[in-house]
Amino acid sequence: MNGAPLSFRETVAWGTLGVVLFVGLWTLLTASGIVPRQFLPTPLDVIQRMLHLMTSPFAGATLPQHLASSFQRYAVGVLLAALVGVPLGLLMGWFRLLDDIVTPIFDGLRFIAPIAWVPFAALWFGTGIGGPVMIIFAGAFPPCLINAYRGARFVEPRLIEAARMLGTGNTRTILEILLPAATPSIVSGLRVSAGLGWQSLVGAELIVAAAGVGFMMVQAQANVATPTVMAGMIAIGIVGMIIDVLLRQGEGWLRRRRGLEA
Amino acid sequence: MLGRRTWIGLATVLAIVVTWFLLTTITGMVSGGRFPSPAEFWASFRQITGRGYAGGDLLQHALHSLKLVVMGFAVAIATGVPLGLWMGWSRKVEAAINPVFLVIRPIPPLAWIPLAILWLGLGDAAKIMVIWFSAFVPSVINSFTGVRTIDRPILEAARMLGTPRLRMVTEVIAPAAAPMIFTGLRLSLQASWTTLVAAELVGALVGVGFVLNMAQQDLYPGMILVGMVTVGVLGWGTTKLLAMAEQRALAWNVAARD
Repeated sequence: MNGAPLSFRETVAWGTLGVVLFVGLWTLLTASGIVPRQFLPTPLDVIQRMLHLMTSPFAGATLPQHLASSFQRYAVGVLLAALVGVPLGLLMGWFRLLDDIVTPIFDGLRFIAPIAWVPFAALWFGTGIGGPVMIIFAGAFPPCLINAYRGARFVEPRLIEAARMLGTGNTRTILEILLPAATPSIVSGLRVSAGLGWQSLVGAELIVAAAGVGFMMVQAQANVATPTVMAGMIAIGIVGMIIDVLLRQGEGWLRRRRGLEA
Repeated sequence: MLGRRTWIGLATVLAIVVTWFLLTTITGMVSGGRFPSPAEFWASFRQITGRGYAGGDLLQHALHSLKLVVMGFAVAIATGVPLGLWMGWSRKVEAAINPVFLVIRPIPPLAWIPLAILWLGLGDAAKIMVIWFSAFVPSVINSFTGVRTIDRPILEAARMLGTPRLRMVTEVIAPAAAPMIFTGLRLSLQASWTTLVAAELVGALVGVGFVLNMAQQDLYPGMILVGMVTVGVLGWGTTKLLAMAEQRALAWNVAARD
């Protein structure tokens, strides 16, 4: 915008400056005692705690074990959301009546934050695996549905007309025309879902779980173990980033394969 | 004349209410301990609007939550939009802030809740902090993108005419980026509500999330449903308000689109 793009070396230099300033300010605040170290540990403390948590348990499990149990719930919730949301979206894109019936319900529920389902989730499915899965489902479901629906709705009419003319039935039209045509849209919906599901997982575990990273963080908070809380945040951030990068790769691969992008 | 869609929509709502009544009250297939009957829902609603529940009546809880969201959201706009505009304007600022941003961004806002409670306790300050965090990131990203997608000729024309720096920002960059900024604000607002409800569920003394939390502990399904409906209504209302603000601020753009 302002001037030409920076060269690679300039970008690295400014980036390094930013990181150094950030870490420097953080360290300065704690090391100087302006902020008590109990509440804001130094970056080094957090890294040490993270390494420590790799092998020694906190709140009943080590950090990798907590992550594994979180991920298990997460995978179940997102998978369920995709298995229900995508077919429903496609069907809504094809059958007008279903669209007219589901849309008002969906619009009514849309404004309720997924996390507000926590009390019912706990009441219906308990705090083990069922409750959190339901919250993840509530967070991940809308993008699955919306994107499958939009994808199916905006299929090139000529394709549908050709299929109709050749006497293709409803089932085959949905499976062989709508589904392939909507796939790019569905995949980007899944990526959004995956992100929102991960968010919801963290929320659910803060409130109703008996294991998992979120649970570990709440326990750490109760014990004023700030480095553990921050280690949990970093772990959550890293896993979330890995999920996003993998799905982006998948999306890019799919788009290239279909010749949508060079 | 009502359209076909509206009729089917109304019929659906009616069918849901009838089914609700059938399942909970007439056949008793769903017990009151799992989901409230319409009568129980109404009784809970009367209780919280009259005598109150969880230390206040519904209006007090709702207004408190609303106040926190508005405050956190306002702070996020006041900090996020200028930062985004600045990053969009200067490649150096972008290069300096991006790496830090890349590290912080993947951490979901909800994950800040335990830290916020550690730092600021169970009061309002902790909630405002997490709401600020959740609304800040979409504000920055969309303001940044808004500046980067401004048509170059507009900027060049303004610069050629010798527009001073401040006027450049207030009269060219901010308005041109405004549609994108509002998109960011919509996302921010949704994130704010989610975060607030989560934060109040984790620990609070008043607010809609606190009502949900108490109702959960009391195994009181009627009140849970009242809390959820309140969350939905508040989210819907604030989204509508923002849409109205957008229409006023972007009258030129809306007109151009239609």
